[in-house]
Formats: sequence, C-alpha cells, structure tokens
Amino acid sequence: MNLKKHWWKALAIVLLVYVHTVGLLAEVPRLNILNETIRALYFHVPMWFGMVLLYAVSVYYAILCLRKPGQGYDIWSVNFAHTGTLLGILGIATGMLWANYTWGSPWHGDPKQNGAAIALLVYLAYFVLRGSLESEEQKERLSAVYNLFAFAAMIPLIFIIPRLTESVHPGSGGNPGFNAYDLDSRMRLVFYPAVIGWFLVGLWLVNIRVRVQQLNKSNS
Amino acid sequence: MKGILPLLSKELKLEYRKQSTLAGIALYLFSLTFICYLTFKLKQQSIQPVTWSALFWLVILFAVMNSVAKSFIGERKGLSIYYYYIASPQAIIISKIIYNAVLAFVLSAIAYFLFVVFIGNPVQDVFLFFLTLVLTSWGLASSLSFISAIAAKASNSHVVMAVLSFPALIAVLLMAIRLSKNALDGLDFSVSADELYNLLAINCISTALAYVLFPYIWRS
Repeated sequence: MNLKKHWWKALAIVLLVYVHTVGLLAEVPRLNILNETIRALYFHVPMWFGMVLLYAVSVYYAILCLRKPGQGYDIWSVNFAHTGTLLGILGIATGMLWANYTWGSPWHGDPKQNGAAIALLVYLAYFVLRGSLESEEQKERLSAVYNLFAFAAMIPLIFIIPRLTESVHPGSGGNPGFNAYDLDSRMRLVFYPAVIGWFLVGLWLVNIRVRVQQLNKSNS
Repeated sequence: MKGILPLLSKELKLEYRKQSTLAGIALYLFSLTFICYLTFKLKQQSIQPVTWSALFWLVILFAVMNSVAKSFIGERKGLSIYYYYIASPQAIIISKIIYNAVLAFVLSAIAYFLFVVFIGNPVQDVFLFFLTLVLTSWGLASSLSFISAIAAKASNSHVVMAVLSFPALIAVLLMAIRLSKNALDGLDFSVSADELYNLLAINCISTALAYVLFPYIWRS
C-alpha cells in the first residue's frame, strides 16, 4: 500500500481539530435527558465507525493473505485489527462516559454494550490465537481464517441483535438514531468529518506500526 | 459431496469402538447435573424456571464443548493426512458438522432427561423446546468443529479452543436462552418465530463460513 504522501496526515489533523473545536463549542439540538451529552455523537459514534472500517480493511487483507500467501499482507491485516481494537476500546470508554450521565451508570447491561464487549473479546481471542501459533506461514493462514470468522461474528453482535431486543441505545430497539432529530444537518457537518478523521488517524497508526515492525524484522 | 456418507459411518464406527470416550462424556453430563441438583435442590424445593434454563444451558455448553473439541484436536497427525488424501476438505468438514450436531443433540436430550429426573420439568412447550435443542446443536456443532480445526494447529490447543469458542458461541446461546425461556413459559409459537429465524440464520452463516474457510485451515 502506498501511503508515502503526507497530505492525508495533515487532513486527519485538520479534521480532528475542527471536530474538537466545533463539536465542543457549536450549538447542538436541545433534547430531554440527552442535553449536552448529545455531543458524544461526535466522538463515540465516529470511533465505532472507524473501528468497523479498520476491521473491514483488516478482513480485506486477510482475504489477500489467503489468496496470495507469503506476500507480506499478514502484517497489514494484524495491524489493522490492532488499531481497530484500540478504537473499539476508546469507543466503549466514551460510551461508558456517556452512559454514566444519560443512563445513570457506566455499565448499564444494555444489549448494545454487551454485544460490543463480546465483539472486543472475539478480537482479543484473535491475538491470543496468533500468539499460540508457531510458524509464520501457519500464523498468516490461520489468523486470516479466524479474522474472517471474527468479522462475521462481530456484525450481528453490534448491529443486528441490539436492534431486535429491548435496547435503550439510540438507533436500537426502536429508538431513533440521529437521523430522526431536527437539527441533524448541522450535526452531520461535524459527524462525517469526525468519521473520516478517526479513520485516517487509525490508518496513520497502522502505517507507523507496520513500518516499525518491518524495520525490526529486517534488522534481526 | 459423495465422500460424506463414508466419513460419517467412519465417525460412528470410531465412536462405537471407543465407547469409553462416550461413556466419559455421559458421566461428565451426569456429574454436572448432579452437582446442580446438590447445590440447588437441597436448599429449596423448586427452582425458578430462569435458573433452570441457565443451569441447563451451562451444562449443555460444557458437555458439548468437551465432546466436540476432540473432533480435530484428538486426531493423530498421520491419520489426518490420510483422511485428507482420500477425501475433499468440504466433505470432511460437512461430515464433522453433521456428526457433531447429532452428538450434541443426543447429549442435550440426555441432559434434558437428567434434568427432568433430578431437578424438575418446568418446560411447557416441549415441541418448541426440542426444536430449540435441534437448532442449537447444529449451531454449536458448526462453530465448534470449525474452531476445533483451528485450535488443533496451535501449540496449546485446549486453552485456544476455550478462548476462541466462547465468544463465537454467544450469539447462538443468547438466541437459545431466549427461545427456551419462551418454551418454559409456554408462550405462543408466533412469539418465538423471530428468534427461530435468527438462530437459523446464524447457523447458516457459521456453516457456510466453515465450508468456505476449512480448505485453508487443513492445507499445511
């Protein structure tokens, strides 16, 4: 992957500075219960979107691993999964912060929260699996297979089951997502840049990690 | 697809010849149920249906995990090379899934019988309950056979098996617990239709994944 250019790193910084200033200062819709916590939409939700995007790229590289083994796609796949998990942990932390003020306790036992926690466990198991495989060739092949499996397990846990059950999370269990709010067009102006910003920062992290690991490998 | 029947009969014959394994699992099931009986029944006369179903699924989960885990982990290396020489990977995984599903169903039926004898029978809708058992056995068997194939390649396969399978089974178990709750309460069949379809969909996804990805696992 050619990520040598710098413009997208600058774009990531600009977007996130914009998101943090406008997201914290601009006017937001006044809603009961939510009040100012609606600003979590600019931080919590884009992190989850960024996580799913990074995991999707990781799956793309896993498929490449299976189709053309031994071409060095494995290192990309695992680092995308790593960074996706980082954003997932940040997303769950910001979600707990939000839940503390909106639902009254950081861990509310909501299906969405539980599903998210299990999805993170699925990916942590992926790293355990990698740790216990010995040969590089086996590591590439088996972890790519489990990566596909993990992605297929994550989607219903986060997106399907919470919609079917009595979830109080916005966008699940019959609750409106942010599409239903009146002032959504103004919020979208911050929300979509935030998604792109977090994804680009994730990409940057992956890029640095892969380069460090490649250098370590060629040194040893 | 023609290799499935001989492989299935081979599994059955092996199981019949090594009766000690099957007896071991049956004894395991019995001890688990008996422990449940000792810890709960002696204190109070009857237990809540919710507790009954929680205990039941825990017993099923542990018994099935232990019996299915051996499907790939226990096999000797030379033996598996021989199987792979004479049969296609798809036939192997499908025959394993069918065999394990039947085994899981038999174990669940025995567990149900033991629970009725020792702990009581709060199930009001027996047909729905058995339908749930069939679908859950299929779901558990498809995920577990696939994961057992991955874990068999790892160095500490039993730990990896436990770590990988727990998150993968949660979606199936969640649906199973909800369905069995409906069956315990004797709710109308239409109430459970949604969950039945979901469980069926999850089973189809995990079986399809196992079918597509298994050839990559055994190529080593």
